[in-house]
Amino acid sequence: MNTDALINALSMDNRRTAMPLTAAWWAALACAVLLAAAVFFLTLGPRPDIAEAANTPRFGFKFVVTLALAAGAFIAARRLSRPDVPVRRAMPWLAAAPLLVIGAVCAELSTVPSSAWAARLIGSNSLLCLSFIPLIGSAPLGMFLLALRNGAPSHPAIAGMVAGLLAAGVGATFYAAHCPDDSPLFVATWYTIATAILVLVGAITAPRVARW
Amino acid sequence: MRNRDDLARLLNAALAGDEKAYATFLHSVAAVVRSFAGRRAGSGKVDAEDVVQEALLAIHLKRHTWKTDAPVLPWVMAIARHKLIDAYRRGGQRIEVDLDNILETHAQPETEQPSAREIGRALDGLTPGQRQVVSAISVEGRSISETAEALAISQTAVRVALHRGLQAIAKRFGKAE
Repeated sequence: MNTDALINALSMDNRRTAMPLTAAWWAALACAVLLAAAVFFLTLGPRPDIAEAANTPRFGFKFVVTLALAAGAFIAARRLSRPDVPVRRAMPWLAAAPLLVIGAVCAELSTVPSSAWAARLIGSNSLLCLSFIPLIGSAPLGMFLLALRNGAPSHPAIAGMVAGLLAAGVGATFYAAHCPDDSPLFVATWYTIATAILVLVGAITAPRVARW
Repeated sequence: MRNRDDLARLLNAALAGDEKAYATFLHSVAAVVRSFAGRRAGSGKVDAEDVVQEALLAIHLKRHTWKTDAPVLPWVMAIARHKLIDAYRRGGQRIEVDLDNILETHAQPETEQPSAREIGRALDGLTPGQRQVVSAISVEGRSISETAEALAISQTAVRVALHRGLQAIAKRFGKAE
């Protein structure tokens, strides 16, 4: 078949191949949140003292960070699923969450006596954090990989990493409602490692799943 | 060569269902990609026309990734670049095509790779029904209604077969070696 013949075929094929890109991402996010909620409420549920905890600034700040991560990664992931967006133009909002965490850590270190730092960093159950953020975030990651598959990412591995960040943002938002450790020192350490797990999985799987 | 506004206008019309505008758009884009790939076909390991056809197929299947009112040419070239890199990788060479579109080949290919990327051969991978429909429309240039009459099936069946046939062709192209 020569190119003219191919163009004949293409121009007559008007059946819609795929969901429009923006719609696909919002649909993926909605499904991701529902799935994460299901996993979270079936396995952990919110911590028993959540009503009191909600009054403390550290508790609320955890959600500011996780939602900032999710929002920044959502913007970046959507941009990266178009082939013509340069990587550096997709990334700026990703800086929000790390900057917030760094700011909070500085505030914590300056207001809390150094004798308390180690205990706050180690926390009471980091293993729970390291297992459940990836667990709650895994179905979301699946949804976001499907959204990447709908798109045409020029840099699938990077897009996969950002999908991992987004999944971590969603997973961590739910997990934070259960997590007994509120110190920014804990969040900066263990939430970051848990995020890295999802980022790694995203980076490895996206080039296969989102091949085009 | 059409200017940028023309391309955007054609693509918008195409997305709204104008088949003629879409054909015109694809022909213009094919010319652009052909000159881009032709300059970079290098030692002949990569067939420029294969890159053109793969890029057209990808442009078609991923047309929903174009942001309306965004410039068309960068979007087209990003897809062309992606397919060119794929073609080189299959040929056993690594290349980098950076933002200034300077080509560098890095590794020597290990074996002689004949160009196995002809869409003609990809037709072999279709079901008989798909092959009949795709062949009638592409090679023979028939319309949807003509094809439906000739094969004694409904127009919807023709459209479905065409669509699935094109997806199957794209999948075969995209299979990793």
